[in-house]
Amino acid sequence: MPPTDESLQPVPGAPALTFENVVKKFGDLTVLNDLNFEVERGQRVTLIGPSGSGKTTILRLVMTLESLTGGYIHVDGVPLTHVERGGKRVARRHKDVAQLTRRIGMVFQQFNLFPNMTVIENIIEAPVHVLGKSKEEARTRGKELLEQVGLGDKADQHPSRLSGGQQQRVAIARALAMDPEILLLDEVTSALDPELVGDVLQVLRDLAENTDITMLIVTHEMQFAQDVSDRVLMFDSGHIIEDAQPDVMFSNPTHERTKEFLRAVL
Amino acid sequence: MNWSWDHAAAVLPELLSAFLRVTLLVTIVSSIGAAVLGLVWAIVLREAPKVVAAIIFRILDIIRMTPIPLQLAAIWAFVITTDVEALTVGLIVYAVHYSTYMAESYRAGIESIRPGQWEAATALSMSKGRTWRAVIIPQALRATVPSLGNWAIAMFKDTPFLIMISVPEMVTAAEKYGGSTFSYDEPFILAGLIFLAASYPTAVLMRKLENRLATY
Amino acid sequence: MDAFLDDLSTAAPRFWDGLVVTLQLGLGGAAVAFVIAVALGLLTLSPNSWLRAPGRMVVEFFRGTSLVVQLFFFFFVLPQIGLELDPIPVGIAALGLNYGAYGAEVVRGSLAAVPKAQWEATTALSMGSVQRMARIIWPQAWALMLPGLNNLLVMLVKGTALASFIFLHDVTFVADDLRRTMGKLFSFGIGFAIYYALNQLLSSGMRILELRAQRRLGLKPESRKATKRAEAVAGVG
Repeated sequence: MPPTDESLQPVPGAPALTFENVVKKFGDLTVLNDLNFEVERGQRVTLIGPSGSGKTTILRLVMTLESLTGGYIHVDGVPLTHVERGGKRVARRHKDVAQLTRRIGMVFQQFNLFPNMTVIENIIEAPVHVLGKSKEEARTRGKELLEQVGLGDKADQHPSRLSGGQQQRVAIARALAMDPEILLLDEVTSALDPELVGDVLQVLRDLAENTDITMLIVTHEMQFAQDVSDRVLMFDSGHIIEDAQPDVMFSNPTHERTKEFLRAVL
Repeated sequence: MNWSWDHAAAVLPELLSAFLRVTLLVTIVSSIGAAVLGLVWAIVLREAPKVVAAIIFRILDIIRMTPIPLQLAAIWAFVITTDVEALTVGLIVYAVHYSTYMAESYRAGIESIRPGQWEAATALSMSKGRTWRAVIIPQALRATVPSLGNWAIAMFKDTPFLIMISVPEMVTAAEKYGGSTFSYDEPFILAGLIFLAASYPTAVLMRKLENRLATY
Repeated sequence: MDAFLDDLSTAAPRFWDGLVVTLQLGLGGAAVAFVIAVALGLLTLSPNSWLRAPGRMVVEFFRGTSLVVQLFFFFFVLPQIGLELDPIPVGIAALGLNYGAYGAEVVRGSLAAVPKAQWEATTALSMGSVQRMARIIWPQAWALMLPGLNNLLVMLVKGTALASFIFLHDVTFVADDLRRTMGKLFSFGIGFAIYYALNQLLSSGMRILELRAQRRLGLKPESRKATKRAEAVAGVG
């Protein structure tokens, strides 16, 4: 019998995400070293910092696209990939990890739409085959989401016929179709032509305003970060060097590296 | 199956001798021939007038899509009254057959060269011939060598088709030994192992070469 | 011209019989090869090395030991251990195993060539491994593997010409046999024409499958650029 502390039920009052002594190495290269932070439920947290500082790695670890070298990540207070058992760090069963990652959605820099499916097929694929929803139900919801991202007329289009900005909005709708509690946004506008960025950000602004989804965001769009975030974390070399509300972070940073970074990007 | 070391020991020298005198000879000579011919086809298909190129393309297509045993039998039937040896027919058929594949490899290699290379050569007023020799072929060859090597390995494993015109290559020797002693397992297992022993390391080498060239 | 037509009507039944043997070997061999290619391709891509290593060994063994040797082994050695098979199944087995092993490399390579981002997107949507393979990865890899499989199919059909080595009367045998009575140019000419037509037919069938698969991926087949891109992804051309 698994001990009760390995239950997958959310722990009442626990943060949506907890990083506990997280270590990530790629070979000899240490990207994250003993990282600790929490994201409360419903909070919108933006990670900023120079490229190569490990921001994207954090999102990829939460989505289990990379494996942890050390430490723990908790989702709703439940350990995600590893549990502590008898003082030892043990990998969780694949089935349990899969169960937990269903609460998490991700939007990628390069959209990663499935080229073998139309827009609507992309959106209903996982709801139908992972969550077991009926096709009609998933379609109805998918159409709603497409309306929401301003692409109601593109349902039967092929992704390759859409602009980058439209593809990214489809990708957002696809992630939302899984009703995630936590949404990871990984530089979602970085691959877009400048004139297409606005529509995508507007969709996300609406989302932030109208839902209570927890969001963990990596972006270079500082205005957007300021608008939607409750909290901004400044990263440098795998460490959080400053943690503040956006107005404080952008107008009155305390750390010298933060000032330098913001001067360079603003 | 009753493996006999006596049979194995008796047949091995025959196999190795046929391997060295015919199998290896055909592979090496015809590979070189195919590599040269293939390059000629690739250049001709690019540079020749459209009609000529179309005709040559069709002929190469026919050669590529028809079996080697049929080609061997056909050429042999036409030269059987002359004093051309069956081995010579084999050398030519294998070289020509595989040149059609190698021409494709060259074409891919040539097309992978960025247009800027042709343009730079034009800007330097280089002649067509010089452009091919000094700029295009050296670069195309780099990308093509592993593929040529793989076709040579394929040719090597196709050499037993020479049975069709009774050239005494290794598998013919194996069959002959089996036919006269009624023990087929030793000669065929040994013949298979000799093929594996020669082709596998070469294939691994080509893969390595491919990876190394790809990283540049 | 009349003489030619007379010859043709005399030779036609013989060539027809030969074609039936060639087709049995070719289509039977292709079916076996496809099943083996998919099975071994998936096996050699498995993250579990207990599955991957034997898969690799089988692939390298059948690729490395020459089709004709395998054919003779099945034909001459298996009966000695009590496995008496007709020549047609022996030919189908040899062709299927040999080209199946080559096909496994095409299948493996194409699956591995599907961008990593696509695998990651399936993880982000919590898909299981069967759904991921069947609905996302395979349909994309399918478009990539068809040119390679097409090449192998042509080679397999040419490979059927080893039939006469195990006393079958296929097209090559008939062409070589009829040269005595009907003339060399005539009999071999027909032989070449049959193989060429057959391979052209099969190749255009494969090409149609390929275009369909590309269209499903949103690569417009009518645009040369899209085809080029597909080729670049497939690592051909």
